[in-house]
Formats: sequence, structure tokens, C-alpha cells
Amino acid sequence: MSAPDFIVHDAKDTVGVIVKEGIEANSKLTGWVMEDDSKVEVECIDAIPLGHKIALGDIAEGDTILKYGHDIGKAVAKVAKGGHVHIQNVKTKRW
Amino acid sequence: MSAQKFLGYRRENGRVGIRNHVVILPLDDLSNAACEKVANNIEGCLALPHHYGRLQFGEDLELHFRTLIGTGCNPNVAAVIVIGIEPQWTGRVVDGIAKTGKPVEGFAIEGHGEIKVVADASRKAKEMVQWATEQQREPCEINELWVSTKCGESDTTSGLASNPTVGNFIDKFDELGATTCFGETSELTGAEEVCATRAATPEVAKKFLDTWQAYMDEVIEPHKTSDLSDSQPTKGNIAGGLTTIEEKAFGNLQKIGKKTKFIDVLQPAEEPAKGPGLYFMDTSSAAAECVTLQAAAGFVVHLFPTGQGNIIGNPIEPVIKLTANPKTAREMSEHVDLDCSGILRGEMNLDQAGDALIDITLRTCNGRLTAAEALKHREFVMTKLYRSA
Repeated sequence: MSAPDFIVHDAKDTVGVIVKEGIEANSKLTGWVMEDDSKVEVECIDAIPLGHKIALGDIAEGDTILKYGHDIGKAVAKVAKGGHVHIQNVKTKRW
Repeated sequence: MSAQKFLGYRRENGRVGIRNHVVILPLDDLSNAACEKVANNIEGCLALPHHYGRLQFGEDLELHFRTLIGTGCNPNVAAVIVIGIEPQWTGRVVDGIAKTGKPVEGFAIEGHGEIKVVADASRKAKEMVQWATEQQREPCEINELWVSTKCGESDTTSGLASNPTVGNFIDKFDELGATTCFGETSELTGAEEVCATRAATPEVAKKFLDTWQAYMDEVIEPHKTSDLSDSQPTKGNIAGGLTTIEEKAFGNLQKIGKKTKFIDVLQPAEEPAKGPGLYFMDTSSAAAECVTLQAAAGFVVHLFPTGQGNIIGNPIEPVIKLTANPKTAREMSEHVDLDCSGILRGEMNLDQAGDALIDITLRTCNGRLTAAEALKHREFVMTKLYRSA
């Protein structure tokens, strides 16, 4: 496949990682799921920098965020599908 | 992958080094000036100034000695001069290094003054350098190579590509009988249970979890204010897209590959004693502290994946830098030994990236200077467990 816009580690993950520079809001993006080599399409609703995460579906406040197939923290605000997932809406469960 | 060789220096105790330093090692902060003067006088000497060595006690003092002695014992070091303020602790470091069979001599400043010590030590250093420069490299096997790893200024590209590239290297070198090491106790938080499943036996898993829990109980709990969110993840991690310590930890863990099991848990700067295999060392996650401890345990070459561009080097253990972040590879290219951003574009797979890392590592072992060596990065940072008496 051509170079992906974002990469998802595990099929269970609820977020993907943007791997291109200059992704703007309202772009149709193509993702590569590393675990099963499948393809996924999501329209982003925010401009998301390289390396930052995109919500693969709607996320409610309190939801556990899954990446690498594992729990990486909890949502402290809701995030719509295609939104930018980062410190403004996700916190650690550890400290 | 076929078995490859590299050209190393075989030391008196059989260990193999890839550099040939004559080190001028201060016992304590007071002796830094004398060591730097000797290194200025004599070509080919390397002074290792540091901040500590006075009024330390207990476990902290033992770690100080273990780090200094281990640094001198590292096979990348051909010969050592130790300078201290007084003869007794100086002698303890000299005796520890002498067990390797390599040339080592100590000098104490009290009762002589610094000028006389610098003159005497310079005369000895000249002899050592002339002797060391006649040592020859010889073909060595991968199972004689000790490789450490630690990541820094990580971002999500680290977990996606540069850390898994190191993991691919570790899986391949483990099969070839190399001795390898990872650390970073605090940065496994969130992934500690998954990490424990990678221990070779239930006993090693318990030792790892006990070590991690002790760090949480003895360091984090008594000293934290509200939380650690200002330090872990770091500001650089957050700029690179990492949101939580758990996310950082799962990315970190990619460095140990998909199948290699770790066979023991080491104290900081403790030399592995169970033969070839992967070891976990209880270290800080600060880059220079961690690499200094791994070098003191005897590791001779270091793999350092970075996302946002950590520029660390070490004076005696060459640090190979790799990144999968295309922006870092482009904007900080002078610090990067291997650009594996092609993985993110689908131009390169992990197996190919792992082979490219093996190639640059063996070239480094054969004598090629790393980016950090060429840029004279020599971060030698002792780990201090608590304040001095």
C-alpha cells in the first residue's frame, strides 16, 4: 500500500498515530493496522501533528484508551471520532 | 542472518572492547582538576570529571565505588590512572580495576600537592598511552559483544519504529549469544506486568516486580508532590505526541523485541554474571545516568533510539543514535547514525531496519566514530542515591 497517514499498533486500539507532517482538519485519512496488516479509513476533524494520536471512534469521558492493545490511560473529556487525542482529554491512571 | 565478526581489542581478562581509551579517573570532585591537567598534558588520555566521592556512605558509597571501578574495568578502556585526594579510597578503586589484569596506577594528592601529582601521573600516562597504542584489533565473535540500550526524548515514532528496530536487533543478537541490557525502572510503569511476562523464570519475574515496586515505594511515594506528570512524560515526549507514562512504557518495552526473555535483574552498575542473554538493570530513566551505569557494568556499545532528538553520548561506551521521526532525521541529522523513518512510509520493514542497525553497529565496533563521538559528547553522570553525610 502507499504510505499511510496514520498507523494503528493493534486491532483492539482506540487510537492511531499520525505519521505524516501537515495533516489538516477535515482530511480523509488512511491508516495501517500493524497487527493484522489491514487498512482503516477515518476523517480527521482536527489538524493533528506528526506523532500525535487520532480517535478511531467516539470516546466518552471515563473511557479507557487502548494502544498496543493495552490500557494507556483514561479520557477526562469526550473526544469525537477523528479528533486529536492528547493531554487535553487523556490522563494517566498511575500518578 | 549469517554470523558476522567484528574487530575488537581482547583484554587481559578475555573481555572484548571496541575502543582503546587511557582513562584518567578522579576518585572525587576535588581531584577533577588534576585529572584534566594530566589529560591536557598527554595525547590520547581521557579525563572523566564528576561531582561526587566525598562523605558518601552505605549503599550510595558502594554504588560510587562500583561505578568507578566498573568504568575502569570496561574493556573499552586499555589502562587507567586513578587520582584521589587521599590514598585509601584511591587504592580501593585501583585494586578493583587491577583484578582485570589491565595496567592501573593510583596517585593521592594529600601530602604531595597537585603539581607533583600531575607531573608523576603525566609521566605514567605517557607510558600507558604508548603501550595502549600498540594494542591491535583482532577478529571477535558476536557472542563476545556486550550491547546496552536505552531510549530518550521518545515520541510515538519511537514506539512505532525505532524501538522495535532495536527489538529486532536484540532478538537477532540474542540468538547469536550476545550479552544485552535494558533498564529504565520508572519508564516501565504501566507496562510492568507485561514486562514481567518477558522474564525467563518466575523467580526473575518476581525479582523484576520487587525492584519496580521498591522504586515506587522508596523513591516516588516519599518524594512526589501532586503527581509526576511534569516529569514523566517529559515536555519533549508530550510535544512528540506521548500523552501518559503508560503509553511511553509500552513504547519503551518494544526495545526488547518480540521473543527474547531477560535472564536476570541487575543492581545499578552490576556486572552480569549469568552468561550471555538479556538483562534488566535497575536504573534511572535519565539518559546519561542510565548509560553511565550500563558502561560501568561492562557494556561496550549502546543503541539509543530517539524521537524528538536526545543528543547524549558517553565517554567510554559509543552511543549509536537512531530515529524514525522524519523531522528529527532532517533537522538534527548531525546527531543521527541511522534514519529508520522509512518504516513509517512503508518503504522498509522491521527486519530490514534491524539488519541496518546491525550493520552500523558492527561498523562502529570496527572503529567508525558515532555521531555523538564525533560531536565530543561525553556525558559521564554518576547516580547518587541520597545526600552525603
